[in-house]
Amino acid sequence: LSAPLTISNWPSYRNLAAGSYTFCPGCGHSAILDHLHAALVSMQVDPHKVVIVSDIGCVGMADPYFATHTFHGLHGRSIAYASGIKAANPDLHVIVLIGDGGCGIGGHHLINAARRNIGITVLVFNNLNFGMTGGQHSVTTPYGARTATTRGGNLERPLDIGALATVSGAAYVYRGTSFDKDLPERIAEAANVKGFALLDIWELCTAHYVPNNDYSRSEMLELMSSLGMHTGVLRRRDYPEWSAAYREQAATVAGQLAFGAGPITPMFESPISAPTRIVLAGAAGGKVKSTASLLATAAMRCGLCCTQRDDYPVTVMSGYSISEVILSPAEILYAGIEHPDLLAVITQEGLGQVQLLLAAMDESSTVYVVPELADQVQTRARKVIFKPLPKKASRKTLAMLALAAMLRDTQIVPLAALVESIRTEQNSAIAAEQLRAVELSKDLL
Amino acid sequence: MRELVDGAELIARGAIDIGCSFFAGYPITPASTILDHMLRELPKTGGVGLEAEDEIASISMCIGAAMTGVKALTATSGPGLSLYSENIGLAIMGEVPLVIVVVMRLGPATGGATTVAQGDVQFARWGTSGGYPIIALCPASTAECYTLTQHAFNLAERFRTPVFLLTDKEIVMMRASVERATLHRIAAVSRARADPSTDFLPYYEAQPAGVPVFAPVGDAQHLTRFTTSTHDERGLITRKPDRVARLNQHLSEKIEAHSAELEMVRNDRQDGARTLLIAYGVTAGAMQETVRHVRTTGGTVSQLVVHSLWPVPEQALRGALAGHKRVVVAELNSGQYRQEIERVANTLNPRPQVVGLNRLDGELITPEQIERAIDGRDGN
Repeated sequence: LSAPLTISNWPSYRNLAAGSYTFCPGCGHSAILDHLHAALVSMQVDPHKVVIVSDIGCVGMADPYFATHTFHGLHGRSIAYASGIKAANPDLHVIVLIGDGGCGIGGHHLINAARRNIGITVLVFNNLNFGMTGGQHSVTTPYGARTATTRGGNLERPLDIGALATVSGAAYVYRGTSFDKDLPERIAEAANVKGFALLDIWELCTAHYVPNNDYSRSEMLELMSSLGMHTGVLRRRDYPEWSAAYREQAATVAGQLAFGAGPITPMFESPISAPTRIVLAGAAGGKVKSTASLLATAAMRCGLCCTQRDDYPVTVMSGYSISEVILSPAEILYAGIEHPDLLAVITQEGLGQVQLLLAAMDESSTVYVVPELADQVQTRARKVIFKPLPKKASRKTLAMLALAAMLRDTQIVPLAALVESIRTEQNSAIAAEQLRAVELSKDLL
Repeated sequence: MRELVDGAELIARGAIDIGCSFFAGYPITPASTILDHMLRELPKTGGVGLEAEDEIASISMCIGAAMTGVKALTATSGPGLSLYSENIGLAIMGEVPLVIVVVMRLGPATGGATTVAQGDVQFARWGTSGGYPIIALCPASTAECYTLTQHAFNLAERFRTPVFLLTDKEIVMMRASVERATLHRIAAVSRARADPSTDFLPYYEAQPAGVPVFAPVGDAQHLTRFTTSTHDERGLITRKPDRVARLNQHLSEKIEAHSAELEMVRNDRQDGARTLLIAYGVTAGAMQETVRHVRTTGGTVSQLVVHSLWPVPEQALRGALAGHKRVVVAELNSGQYRQEIERVANTLNPRPQVVGLNRLDGELITPEQIERAIDGRDGN
């Protein structure tokens, strides 16, 4: 061991009040925990800087034996709790004690913690079966092995946890057994690795796996060899550790929050005295939502209240896109629209979605429709058929063309307010296109 | 001065303004934009936000982080809440301060990802094994997302328990012009910390209704033990009947004994009204629109917006129900909260008639529907 015990400041990391281990005679857990203790003693790390995270199974009884911070959680989730602890407090040595059962149910966390290279140290207590619940087979049970749930011999091949950690990106991977004399050094070595470290430690379950399979230390070593599961340090590599890399990246953006567009100063006037319900019915990818937002903020520039609800299929760039905007001098309590005052039918996809609304509209309301869809719009509402769209108009400006024409027709919000919203809220390339659409919209009526 | 903003952004702003510095989540419509906001903004504040590998990892990471002393937030919708379930039980058992945003969408299962519903009200209440009280707040407007998120954190800290912000797709995704003056910033509450100079037991509280003082994982003075198992005041597993009973009594009483302080409602009684309308979340907006219309056209009706769904605000409900002949509970499910209202109504004499106005077709309950339900014109 690298640190001689004679100058030790921390001679023990044991919680002596917990008494002696209650594991079965011959169970490897006792030996591994002794090795972990020896590793901590050699590391001479302040126990207040150590947290031992365990989950369910016989290994989950380990944490009371340690006088460090301890965290005992749900089956297979110890790696995820440990990741949260390390991400929030990177100064800690976070040591996970998990069984082969936990590596099965929590395999996703193992893969992703390794992939993320978050700086935790995982000790796998790999005894090839579920000890606590009666010797059922686990993800590491060898092919053909007999367990409580594989009476005729296991039909599944064992997971190579060391290989899984390796291919997933772990910074340090070791495989050994509870009998290894150098295990304290390997544990200390792993705990001092900055990134994700895993030790796949094979051991005997003397209550179940050993009696059911005529298995002992020598069979264990033969099995590892026959499976090609080599022992020793399997992988060592130096990637940036997640918590440190996150903080390094965060330092480059520290400071001012970028929430929202901020408050809008009213500087225009609108003649409306009652809620006006407007629907834009177009296609996804056609800037319907952003055009509706510009209407909303243009109305706010006139001191109006507004709401905006958007409806679109789960896909983002195909299918319909419907935006509902309510403008009102008073606070809007209900944002749904059953009876639109103004509805613009911009594309076929949009038309397909607004049939119920069209049916609900009466003579007091107006439908605006592009010429190619005019025949398909059956309504009692006043129908305004746009003139053929300018050839230069791109699909992305159809919604703005329709909105601007609607505003020219109704005068509910001055075009100047819309122009101000476009100039203020859109990036310059998009703003140029939309300002041109506002201009071209005069030819639609 | 107004700004155009949605509920997701105001939840994120409320969280950061009250001191939240950790977020872990997994993308799910309609909660994804909360994840986006938090991951974009937290690094700027010195906090940590990460997209976990799944919902189980999301809440596990939040729990681990919360026990190091930070204020943690996660956000999901019904399918993700299903995966949170086991760890919600752990957070109750381990006394973890944590805020869980649930953006309800139409279920069951995958249901309608972009479709509004309020079907997780009882799921949030009873979604973990053992059955212990939970706290759930429910914003009824965009602006309330900001204030109630802050309250949720304060309650989580005060009681060391997971607190739900139980909201819905409309409230979170709809954009509205919000008056800045209505975005009230409130004073932050933090969990009581252990005195560094005295002995510490991680799960000791003098009275069953008390809350144990906190020492973080990583504390320099006290070593702490966290556990999901039935434990004594040291955080060690116990099966001693008196300790087991005491722990379970504590987990219930620490919330139930304070339920009167947790009541948050807006009671708008109109003298002479025969009918009381009750709603929460997006449906409360439609209800308020109904009431505005009824009253401006000469009618009378009372209304109650429930902001603290759990624990049930029983005192406020009794007071609001009393004197009304008819109570209409409007909700986007098959009557999940109505059964709580009926339970309270059963304690009143005379007992008002309680009827439900329910919708499960993915559309909103409209003000017209509610108006028809006031006097039973809808047939109920």
